[in-house]
Amino acid sequence: MEKLITLQTTAVPLPIEDVDTDQIIPARFLKAVTKEGFGDNLFRDWRYHKDGSENENFVLNNPTYSGRILVAGKNFGCGSSREHAAWALYGYGFQVVISSFFADIFKGNALNNGILPIVVDGNTLDAIFKKIESNPNTQFDLDVEAQVLKVEELNIDFELDSYKKECLLKGQDDIDFLVSLKDEIESFEAQQVIF
Amino acid sequence: MGKTLFEKIWDAHIVKTIQGGREVIYIDRHLIHEVTSPQAFSGLKQRNLPLFRKEKIVATADHNVPTLNQHLPIKEPLSKKQVDTLIQNCKDFEIPLFGLGHEKQGIVHVIGPEQGITKPGMTIVCGDSHTSTHGAFGSIAFGIGTSQVEQVMASQCLLLSRPKTMRITVNGKLAKGVTSKDIVLYIISKLTASGGTGYFIEFAGEAIKSLSMEARMTICNMSIEMGARGGMIAPDTTTFDYVKGREHAPKGDAWDKAVEHWSTLYSDEDATFDHEVAFEAKDILPMITYGTNPGMGMNVTETVPDVPNVKSLEYMGIEAGEQLLGKEIQFVFIGSCTNSRIEDLRQVAEFVKGKQKAVNTSVMIVPGSKMVEAQAKAEGLDKIFESAGFELREPGCSACLGMNEDKVPAGQYCVSTSNRNFEGRQGPGARTILASPLTAAAAAVYGKIVDVREYLN
Ligand code: SF4
Repeated sequence: MEKLITLQTTAVPLPIEDVDTDQIIPARFLKAVTKEGFGDNLFRDWRYHKDGSENENFVLNNPTYSGRILVAGKNFGCGSSREHAAWALYGYGFQVVISSFFADIFKGNALNNGILPIVVDGNTLDAIFKKIESNPNTQFDLDVEAQVLKVEELNIDFELDSYKKECLLKGQDDIDFLVSLKDEIESFEAQQVIF
Repeated sequence: MGKTLFEKIWDAHIVKTIQGGREVIYIDRHLIHEVTSPQAFSGLKQRNLPLFRKEKIVATADHNVPTLNQHLPIKEPLSKKQVDTLIQNCKDFEIPLFGLGHEKQGIVHVIGPEQGITKPGMTIVCGDSHTSTHGAFGSIAFGIGTSQVEQVMASQCLLLSRPKTMRITVNGKLAKGVTSKDIVLYIISKLTASGGTGYFIEFAGEAIKSLSMEARMTICNMSIEMGARGGMIAPDTTTFDYVKGREHAPKGDAWDKAVEHWSTLYSDEDATFDHEVAFEAKDILPMITYGTNPGMGMNVTETVPDVPNVKSLEYMGIEAGEQLLGKEIQFVFIGSCTNSRIEDLRQVAEFVKGKQKAVNTSVMIVPGSKMVEAQAKAEGLDKIFESAGFELREPGCSACLGMNEDKVPAGQYCVSTSNRNFEGRQGPGARTILASPLTAAAAAVYGKIVDVREYLN
């Protein structure tokens, strides 16, 4: 996993609620056996018409907007547990997703892949959308250590549990930690009654 | 203070608590399939880690498999590669595989319970959100991402923060023609597609207790559709009777001891939940969905409400204020881990016996497993389906998510017994209307959406 410490970038707005994992990466693209190449099919059915041509109305095809942050409507990432959704976002180049609400499994999957999901309240989310709308070059300034996201005069403190923060800052994941607990896990097993 | 069912099982699986309140939870059973496991296996290989407890893993091929001619090699090259990768990984790591051609192959959430692999009091995970199905046995079962699949492979544990608990009580008795699918679609329509986020839900009350194991699985299966981490139901004699005698169930003395322990798995009277909701069974009628998330549901006699999500109705070609009763449909899909068990097939067969599908409707019926298929044939259900013009396929996820050839054509309405009506879920442009097997069977016979209660004698 890559580290995420600070980030200065612009953001892409997606003011749609309940964006589900089938929209993020449609099921027919889940047939790969590696983690590479998913970025090309991020939001596939919104990005391209049926004949394969680009849908100019979709924000990812609009050159006005770019950046490594995706700002999305409430309840982003609902639906399936497929981690491919996180791989697709990461593969496309997003390192942060901002929303007023994330589906649980998506949030975990994002963090396990070096993507930071930032939860803001509904008003702040609206304010961010307005800023991007009035100036697509609005700069976002993220500091993971301080847990602050600056968007012009907005100073947004966000929550991040201390363990996950360490992981992002160091680029480490849960496996390294769990494997180090081998002895404790084995002693748990020894006392467990199994039916 | 007393504990909830959830807390009893969770607490019994804590290996360690770490800073920030996260807990290392021991996992008793790990189910894997071809779609979410390959990257986990390659991660293990890259890190040069062995499987920590290979005997706790069971594998099946279900998401990608064709439902016709399963004895022939898979035609679609990418699907074939995924299934072949699973076969190879299971060989390399010595994991039992219920692959194509195996007499017990099937959808991962169908084969676990029917073989007695799923038992009360367990922690069960799978790289699939509908793992919540197994909670019907009084276990903590939930879906995980591929990184977590790798974590469980490497350590048999997960690092988790404890979810909040919610109890949903359904009081009273269900009316005729109303099934467990209607209960869960009703609950989701009331709580919305995100109303359960952050919670682990226990379903309780007379209406839940009266349900068979198959019907309970349908409810727990869809608990995830309100955003919940999982759903569960306290085990009781219905549960024990179902598990007893199955291949992996305890036998003899061990059985008695197990039942003694399982009988302690219920929420204590003085246990508290973070949230409680109650519904009355008499308010629940046959349900259908009209939009593109499972929370957009109503009873069949209602008119489509005015919703802020206009895009969703546009996609569905449905207007606010419209009544869907009598709406013509072109496709019926009976299957998926929500409703593809023997009881579902029996219910459908009983309804269609002596009837014919409508001329303009295609009907696909996909059993959840080889064992379900064999049982259906043994009971002669296949003959009933054949003479009704229903196409009985071989087991797999099929048109539930359209990863194989089974797709609903663009623009067509499909009454489906599956769990998700997302845009494009059943194929690009497909319009899904979720319903119970009974409502789906009636839609197949009349070629339109009907109130099944009018056709029951
Ligand atoms: S049947 Fe559908 S919901 Fe169930 S595991 Fe398969 S794809 Fe997922």
